[in-house]
Amino acid sequence: MNSIREAFQNGKAFIPFITCGDPTLETTKKLAIAMEEAGADIIELGIPFSDPTAEGPVIQDANIRALSNHITTDDIFAMVADLRKEVKVPLVFMTYANVVFSYGTEKFASECKRIGICGLILADVPFEEKKEFSSVCDKYGVDLISMIAPTSNDRIAVIAREAKGFLYCVSSLGVTGIRTDITTDVGAMISNAKKNTDIPCAIGFGISTPEQATEMASKSDGIIVGSAIVKICAKYGENCVPYVAEFVKTMKKAIS
Amino acid sequence: MNTNGRYGIHGGQYIPETLMNAVMELDAAYRKFKDDPDFNRELTDLFNNYAGRPSRLYYAEHVTKDLGGAQIFLKREDLNHTGAHKINNVLGQMLLAKHMGKTRVIAETGAGQHGVATATVAAMMGMECEVFMGREDCERQALNVYRMRLLGAKVHPVDTGTATLKDAVSATFREWTTRIADTHYVLGSVMGPAPFPEIVRDFQAVISKEIKQQLHDLCGKLPDAVIACVGGGSNAIGSFYNFINDPSVRLIGCEAAGRGIDTNETAATISTGKLGIFHGMKSYFCQDEYGQIAPVYSISAGLDYPGIGPEHAYLHDIGRAEYVAITDDEAVEAFEYLSRTEGIIPAIESAHAVSYAMKIAPKMSKDQIIVITISGRGDKDVAAIARYKGENLYE
Repeated sequence: MNSIREAFQNGKAFIPFITCGDPTLETTKKLAIAMEEAGADIIELGIPFSDPTAEGPVIQDANIRALSNHITTDDIFAMVADLRKEVKVPLVFMTYANVVFSYGTEKFASECKRIGICGLILADVPFEEKKEFSSVCDKYGVDLISMIAPTSNDRIAVIAREAKGFLYCVSSLGVTGIRTDITTDVGAMISNAKKNTDIPCAIGFGISTPEQATEMASKSDGIIVGSAIVKICAKYGENCVPYVAEFVKTMKKAIS
Repeated sequence: MNTNGRYGIHGGQYIPETLMNAVMELDAAYRKFKDDPDFNRELTDLFNNYAGRPSRLYYAEHVTKDLGGAQIFLKREDLNHTGAHKINNVLGQMLLAKHMGKTRVIAETGAGQHGVATATVAAMMGMECEVFMGREDCERQALNVYRMRLLGAKVHPVDTGTATLKDAVSATFREWTTRIADTHYVLGSVMGPAPFPEIVRDFQAVISKEIKQQLHDLCGKLPDAVIACVGGGSNAIGSFYNFINDPSVRLIGCEAAGRGIDTNETAATISTGKLGIFHGMKSYFCQDEYGQIAPVYSISAGLDYPGIGPEHAYLHDIGRAEYVAITDDEAVEAFEYLSRTEGIIPAIESAHAVSYAMKIAPKMSKDQIIVITISGRGDKDVAAIARYKGENLYE
C-alpha cells in the first residue's frame, strides 16, 4: 500500500470520489479497481449519511441510493478489506462526524487501520472541533484531513500548520456540485497555505471538465472530483464502471 | 471565539469550514452588542411596541377549578405579534444582523411560525428574506406559506429527506454556504453551532424574566413548576432560563411522542435518542445504530425534529430539568380541553405542555403554582386537528 505522500510524487494527483454502495457495494469495488487502472492516485470513498449538509443534490442523491439499500458502516469496512487486496493507491474515507462518533471514534479508527484506510475527511468537523477525532486517528496512523475554504482567510495559516495527509482546498462557496465557473482566487489560498505547510494541497468542489482540471491542477498538487463522477454512476447504475474509467482517464490526462 | 459554546459535553461548532468565519463574525458581533445600552434600548422598544410585550401571565381559573389541584397560570406568548414566541428571537437576531450590515436573511421553518416571524420582521426592517420549509410542512401549513409570501418573503419547499424541519435546517445551512457576505441565517431555535444556542436563549429568556416578575407581583412567590413544549427547545429554554438557579422550581420540557415512544413514529429525543453530532452541535438525536438520523414524526410540525438544543441536553444530564413525552392523542385532547375550558386555542405544540399540566396539577396542592408557556396560538392547527378527528376540512 502506498502512502498519501507517495501518491503526490507521480505528477499532479487525481483524486476521484464515489459513494460506497451507490448503487451496490460490488459496484463500488469494481469502480475503485477500474479507477486505479485509469490513473487515480488516491481514491476517496464516501460513507453515506442520511443528512449530508455539505453536499449538493448529486451526492445527496447518491447517499439516499446507498442508504435505501441498507448499506451500513460495517458492510463498507468488509468491502474495503476485500478491495485493499486488489488496489495499491491510498484510500481515504469521506463522511460526517455522526457516522464516526456513533460507531465509536476509537473503534472506527482502529477498523480503518485494520482494513488499510489511510485518511479520513469529516465535512462537518472544522479546526476547532478536530482534536476529539484527530487524537484518536493519530493513534491508529489515520490522517484526519483538514479543509480550507474561500472564506477561511486568516484561518488558513492555523489550519495548514496542523494539517496532515493532504490539505483539501475547497474551490468555491457553497456545497459540492458541478460549477461552470470557479471564480475564487484558489491560487492565493494555496500559496498562503504553502507558506505554512509542506504537505500537498488538492483542490475540490465544482471541478467537472478537463479544462477546469488542467487549470486547477496548475495551481495545486492535485484535484478532487466527486459530483461529475457520481453523476455518471447515477446515469448508468451498476453498468457505470467503463464510463467512469473513461472519464478518470480523460481527467488524469488533462492534468498530466 | 472566546467561549467554547459548550454545555457540559454538548454544543460545539460542527460545521463545514466554509461557515466558520460566518459564525465567528456573528459571535464577535453578539459579544459587542449584547450588553450595549443602545442595542438593548432598541430591542426593548421593538419587543414592547412591535411585538406587544410583555406578554400576559393569565390565571386560568376555570382550568384550575376543573383540575382541582395546583393553580394554573398561562404565559401567553400566543398573544405576541405573529402569534408565537418566535418573534422574540427573530427581533433580536435581525436587529443584530442589521447592525452587522447584513441586508438579506434566510431561515428554516417547521410549522411556519418562525418563517412567518422572520418574514414579518424582514418586511418591517426592509430586508430581503428567503424561507426554507419542508414540502410536507408546506402542505400541513399552507396558510403560513401564503402568509410569508404576502409579507414579501420567498418560500422554498424542501424535498430532500423527510421533507420536514430537519431537512429545512439542512437546506438553509447549504444556502448559507453559498452566500455569506450579505446574509444572516436567522436560526429559529436553541440549536445549531455556537453561538446560536446562546443567542437564541438570551433573546427568549425574556419569557422567564417576565414570568418571574409577573408572578411575584401577583402572588409574591416563585412557581412550583414551569412547563413548556420542546422541539429544538427555544420557548422552553426561554421559560426555564431565569429559574435555573431556583432549585425549588421544577422545569419540565414536553417532547412530542407522536404515536408513542415505543413506535418508530415519534420525535421524543430525550426519551428515544442517543448522543450524537448533527446540525452543528453535539446533543441527543433520534438515530439508528450507525448514526443515520431517524425520520421522526409528530402531529406537530414545530416539534417534528430529531434533535434537542444542547443546553436542554445538559439540563437533562445534570437532572435540573425533566423531559417527558406526550403523544399526539394526548396533545389533541389538551388542545380541545384548553379551547373549551378557558376559551384559549393553543398551538398544537403548546398543547403538549398543557397535557402534562393536566396530568400533574390534580396531584398537587391548591397553594402550588404551575406556569404553562402557551408558546403559540392554535389557529394554524385548527384544520389539521379537524382532519385528525375525522372531519373532511381543508383550508
